[in-house]
Amino acid sequence: MGLFILRRFGVIVLTALCLTFIVFFLTNLYPNLEKLAKTQANARMSDDQVVSWLDNRGYLDPMPLKYARWLGVAPAYVRTGDDGAIVFNRCARPGEEPDEVGRYCGVLQGNWGFSTVFRSDVLDILAERGWQTAKLMFWVTVVMVPGALLLGVFAGMREGSKLDRSLSTVSIATTATPEYVSGVIFIAVFASSAVGLRWFKGTATSAMENITFENFTLPVLTVALYGMGYIARMTRASMTEVMTAQYIRTARLKGVAFRDIVLKHALRNALIAPFTVIMLQFPWLLNGVVIVETLFNYKGIGWTLVQAAGNNDIELLLGVSIISVIVVLVTQLISDIGYVYLNPRIRIA
Amino acid sequence: MEPLTWTGELGDILDPLLGIATLALAVTTVFAILASFVTPTPRITVNPDGTAAMAEGLPGLVGRAQQNALYALIGTLVAYIVGGIALGWQGAGIIGGMMRAFTPVWLSLVALFAASIWFKRSLGLYGKLFDSTIGMIGFGLVMFWVFTAIFGGVFDMIYTSDPLNQVSGMKNEPPGSPLTEDGGYPFYLLGGDTLARDVFARMVAGSTIVIVIAPFATLFAFMVGITLGLPAGYYGGKLDTVLSFLANLILAFPVILLFYLLVTPEIVQTGLPAYMAMVLFLAPLVFMGVLIWSRYRTQPNRAWLLLALVLTPMALVYLSVINADDTPIDFWPLDFFNIPGGILVVFVSVVFVNSPTVFRIVRGLTLDIKTRDYVAAAQTRGETPWYIMLWEILPNARGPLIVDFCLRIGYTTILLGTLGFFGLGLPPESPDWGSTINEGRKLLSIYPHPAIAPALALLSLVLGLNLLADGLREESLRD
Repeated sequence: MGLFILRRFGVIVLTALCLTFIVFFLTNLYPNLEKLAKTQANARMSDDQVVSWLDNRGYLDPMPLKYARWLGVAPAYVRTGDDGAIVFNRCARPGEEPDEVGRYCGVLQGNWGFSTVFRSDVLDILAERGWQTAKLMFWVTVVMVPGALLLGVFAGMREGSKLDRSLSTVSIATTATPEYVSGVIFIAVFASSAVGLRWFKGTATSAMENITFENFTLPVLTVALYGMGYIARMTRASMTEVMTAQYIRTARLKGVAFRDIVLKHALRNALIAPFTVIMLQFPWLLNGVVIVETLFNYKGIGWTLVQAAGNNDIELLLGVSIISVIVVLVTQLISDIGYVYLNPRIRIA
Repeated sequence: MEPLTWTGELGDILDPLLGIATLALAVTTVFAILASFVTPTPRITVNPDGTAAMAEGLPGLVGRAQQNALYALIGTLVAYIVGGIALGWQGAGIIGGMMRAFTPVWLSLVALFAASIWFKRSLGLYGKLFDSTIGMIGFGLVMFWVFTAIFGGVFDMIYTSDPLNQVSGMKNEPPGSPLTEDGGYPFYLLGGDTLARDVFARMVAGSTIVIVIAPFATLFAFMVGITLGLPAGYYGGKLDTVLSFLANLILAFPVILLFYLLVTPEIVQTGLPAYMAMVLFLAPLVFMGVLIWSRYRTQPNRAWLLLALVLTPMALVYLSVINADDTPIDFWPLDFFNIPGGILVVFVSVVFVNSPTVFRIVRGLTLDIKTRDYVAAAQTRGETPWYIMLWEILPNARGPLIVDFCLRIGYTTILLGTLGFFGLGLPPESPDWGSTINEGRKLLSIYPHPAIAPALALLSLVLGLNLLADGLREESLRD
């Protein structure tokens, strides 16, 4: 088991390095840097001025070197004056003296850069926004997981019954409704001031300080609904498989009541497969979170991603991608390990 | 002119009927579910002459009632359609106007369904689809949009007005508003959007974009996924490890982040999507080439002839597609056509996002199928690995692949909508559903109709594809 986790961990580190390098590469392509120079310094710069501005800040060094600096395994870019004194240091924040700060400032040192849009430290922004998104994700999980498991277990209990047909159709319908469709319909029906019911609020901005039933129901429901159908279908498949197993037939022939068969015999085995699915569903929730936060104007990680990408805020975008890559990889690891623990048939030496 | 009501005079008769039918269906469905709890198995009685009969009992009765309620509901809906075609907006309001606008679509649907049901026993899996209600509903929804795209986009028969035309005074007008200008169609059936364009016409125009891009993009993703997934599963080893790692790498990206990285104007400027198109679009050529060569390699003359026949037009199309004026790839003199702005980029990114999943599915199926006896027999005959992969394994994996193809078109539609929702790729005035939703969402709580119409259209198409896939899966598992 230890070796298995170690090997998985190695793959994860490799994947994380590759993914961040791809993001780094794509965000540091020349047109992006040119736009950065023009927004930071002067929109009317000539091409030569752009090159010299970028060159003076180390943006035109080879890509692997820049990536190593960003990671914090290579010394940061410094420019020395004619007398040998350091006149520019990438590690220096606005207001700090270039020769007084360290030479290594990368992600590993906890220095995630400075956001050009929000004018503050990337790590601070991510901590604040991440907390908002964590609240959203928590409530989504609370709604989605029990709902999906109930749907799936009830549908898979008696395969082919009316209940199964109806619930399966419901779960197909939810998987066919992307967040931007269900969100729009929810707002129009429940929050519109023109025709709707006005039960809930169409924006979740106020939920950032104070979560209420009124302002948080629609965003949570929107994210939960899309993920729910998929988990429900996997649970149903797993449940129907278990219900046709030999030991269930034995229990039935023994005369065990149907309720006890479902609750005591079938359920525990049927929930192994959905566990993996639920864990792997979290990365997909990230997509939903981005859409919902944009639609409901809830300022979390997803909203930050859109802002960063839309405004060419390179370091913030890199920070957001690190977070999402970590979330994806950690959930994969948990799902692998959890599957091995839950399923006694799998033993890894 | 007066603004139109939703159902006009026809609604006076049909609206109550629709209400009753819907209520009846809901009540009988609940009863049917409850009945399935109370009486789990039908009783079997043995007649004196030795034959056995299954008593219908309560579940059967409720089931019949539910079926009749469903028929009543469908009948009412058909009445709306027929009434709408007959009366138009004059007698049947907004719904009537829309139904009449869709007349060619209805006629084609009726013809298609009649022909398919008539010949269903000789049509293989496609014919069997017409044995399942769910599958038929799904197929109907999908074909509705396909026909809409064809009649709207190719023959220009459905539009009530030009989807890009702005009429002053029609900004954000509610559905059924009469036009302030004379000439042309007298109403905006589904109202006007923030730029005073016809929401209905834009919805119809959006279907053309989706119906063209989504299936093609999915097809390309399948070509890429199959071309890489078959050898990965069949050979295994290092090749499999590397390809799987790469696939997992792409899958670990949140889709939206990937879109934001690939579809921004700055990246397009570097020509990265053009290079990706060059690689990804090569997959169908490689696939077809290997497919033909592995089959006919013992008859070289025939193989070369077929290769020339198939690959020459494909190569010409390929070179025309990847060559565009503003990209770094612009070397080919015979550039027949250029794909309009943004569509190529959107296409490439959607293919790129979809291929790893297809790869994983194909690889899994190959791992399973390569242990079968007929593969061993082919190996003993001395067939080449590519022959075994493409002519022994692939045909036997077709069932799950067809089902996944339907699901994946739906997912691609969702992805296209996502791109449009974030205003990426396609030009802002494009009538595709995602962009329209994005435009409508800004004033959503005051004027919901410009966003609702494309949202429901997208929902119905994706739902149709999912139901179709479900029907196909059920029918293909049956035998």
